[in-house]
Amino acid sequence: MKKTLFDKVWDSHVVKSIDNGPDVLFIDRHMVHEVTSPVAFLGLKNRKLKVLYPERTFATADHNTPTINQHLPVRDSLSRNQLKALEKNARDHQISYWGLGHQKNGIVHVIGPEYGITQPGATIVCGDSHTSTHGAFGAIAFGIGTSEVEMVLSTQCIMQPKPKKMLITINGTLNYGVTPKDIALFIISKLSTSGATGYFVEYAGKVFRDLTMEGRMTVCNLSIEMGARGGMIAPDKKTYEYIKDREFTPKGSSWNKAMDYWETLYTDKDAKFDKEIIFDGSEIDPMITFGTNPGMGISITKVIPNAKDFEASSATYAKSLAYMGFSEGESMIGKQIDYVFIGSCTNGRIEDFRAFANIIKGHKRANNVTAWLVPGSHKVLNAIKEEGLLEIFENAEFKLREPGCSACLAMNDDKIPPGKYAVSTSNRNFEGRQGPGARTLLASPLVAAAAAITGMITDPRTLI
Amino acid sequence: MAYDSFQILKSTVVPLPIENVDTDQIIPARFLKATERKGFGDNLFRDWRYNRDGSQKSDFVLNNNIYSGKILVGEYNFGSGSSREHAAWAVYDYGFRCIVSSFFADIFRNNCLNIGVLPVQVSRDFLKIIFDEVEKNPKTVLVINLPAQEIKISSTKTLETFEINSYKKENMLNGYDDIDYLNNIKAEIIDFAINTPF
Ligand code: SF4
Repeated sequence: MKKTLFDKVWDSHVVKSIDNGPDVLFIDRHMVHEVTSPVAFLGLKNRKLKVLYPERTFATADHNTPTINQHLPVRDSLSRNQLKALEKNARDHQISYWGLGHQKNGIVHVIGPEYGITQPGATIVCGDSHTSTHGAFGAIAFGIGTSEVEMVLSTQCIMQPKPKKMLITINGTLNYGVTPKDIALFIISKLSTSGATGYFVEYAGKVFRDLTMEGRMTVCNLSIEMGARGGMIAPDKKTYEYIKDREFTPKGSSWNKAMDYWETLYTDKDAKFDKEIIFDGSEIDPMITFGTNPGMGISITKVIPNAKDFEASSATYAKSLAYMGFSEGESMIGKQIDYVFIGSCTNGRIEDFRAFANIIKGHKRANNVTAWLVPGSHKVLNAIKEEGLLEIFENAEFKLREPGCSACLAMNDDKIPPGKYAVSTSNRNFEGRQGPGARTLLASPLVAAAAAITGMITDPRTLI
Repeated sequence: MAYDSFQILKSTVVPLPIENVDTDQIIPARFLKATERKGFGDNLFRDWRYNRDGSQKSDFVLNNNIYSGKILVGEYNFGSGSSREHAAWAVYDYGFRCIVSSFFADIFRNNCLNIGVLPVQVSRDFLKIIFDEVEKNPKTVLVINLPAQEIKISSTKTLETFEINSYKKENMLNGYDDIDYLNNIKAEIIDFAINTPF
């Protein structure tokens, strides 16, 4: 039978299929963080269960951590308790833990690939929906709930029906100034936030082949925002080059054995998908969102659409625009903004900071803008320093913070104040996502940079 | 047993006719700091329910005592967004045992089933009928019959069937969960693990 990439990886991990029920799926790698794990560990304790394969689970602290003065004790007592709980749980169960201040610490989906925990053909889960990031390597990776975290800890399996399969192909060439973030926001704006619910997506075509691994991670990261469980891209030379010689990737003869397997990971010609969608790269412009879900995005030069052009009811649409303080027909360009956030597992990797630096070099931060530059990990932080980007940031009056999820979900002190506008490279513009009353405009690092130096929504192509 | 078994639920409803309700609305991130599963119901729909000074927003449905019951009736694409199971816990802890909608986000639906909240997906037409009935009479009662996979408006007897796979149905009927199941087949899993490449 002809198989898709997804079929190959999924089918090889099915321990058992239940009639008219889910598959029991074996999980190779499990990432854990402080927010969605404590109740799972408590569950183990209550049921008197042990962690079956501690070496397959990796714990880090990221969601709740401060991004300044990480060497000092965490001030918020609830956050501190969660961090302590994870440290203790990891120790009690012999799980590796890269806590606050550890040189390998960072956002869970940034560090997985950095240390080679993420590998092609693997199944990877974490109690965070953007686990889909790891699909960039040809892994099946998706977010799970806390009950499932407990399942994976105690049995290394979860139970899920096999999702349907969707293929999104984009060929052609990208326009100038268009980044992986714009590709993703474009697709979501076409499909809506529920357009891929029930599906697992494979991205194929020249545009994705041409992307760097980091760009592929950005695209796969945002798969969840169109409702998909995850997204994946078949591994290729770039994938192998990226993962080679990282701490947890196989070495020597094991590497060769792994390569033999990885090279079988592609969609067979004539394999069937449940749905196929095709775009052309030239259709995509730099994007920005204007509403309260990631599907409400437009080309940056366009005006805010009318309610009737949107899938949601007019009441829902009006509620969303009212929250944002916007009206139908308004232009996005020229709108004043207050905050810029560059970071998160969507756009917190070194390439994103390079792109940001490219635009702001030789300029100054606009007086009306507060900017938070938050690297995705210590590795990214170090690279920013080594590559001389820090100097560029400082010359332009930007400060760099320490790694973590930060304003992506605003669980720590990095909250956008009520009513303020933030151009954010993160992944969600839901009401209050970046702090109660915060108004989020999702965009690429280039658009964020252009806003940071002009103080308003600006087409970055006018600055390069 | 992981949660109370679900058989037939007869209850008035709380209507929430807003589309794309995301998990950040169901429970905002700043309330995810607990290390135990306790008290999440108080923060269900926190920012729609309360003003910043802690007073209630009178126009939000949970603050309107005409509406009550164990069934939350939502709109299209309910529960989109994050994987936080806290969203399902908040729904459960508040006292809902069932959510009715014309479409659910994937992870949220799964989380609900794992903790004993029954997601019932109905057609858009049937959902509209429910909303209309509830608007006419806020004391409208829905009957959710899990064994028969049937949802019925008590007063008009209008009904529709709904889907649930037989494994999950069995779990809900008995209050079992996947953790129990998986721990019972551990030997099989260990056998499987020996032959995995990673
Ligand atoms: S950066 Fe945001 S989306 Fe990514 S892991 Fe952290 S909270 Fe989740």
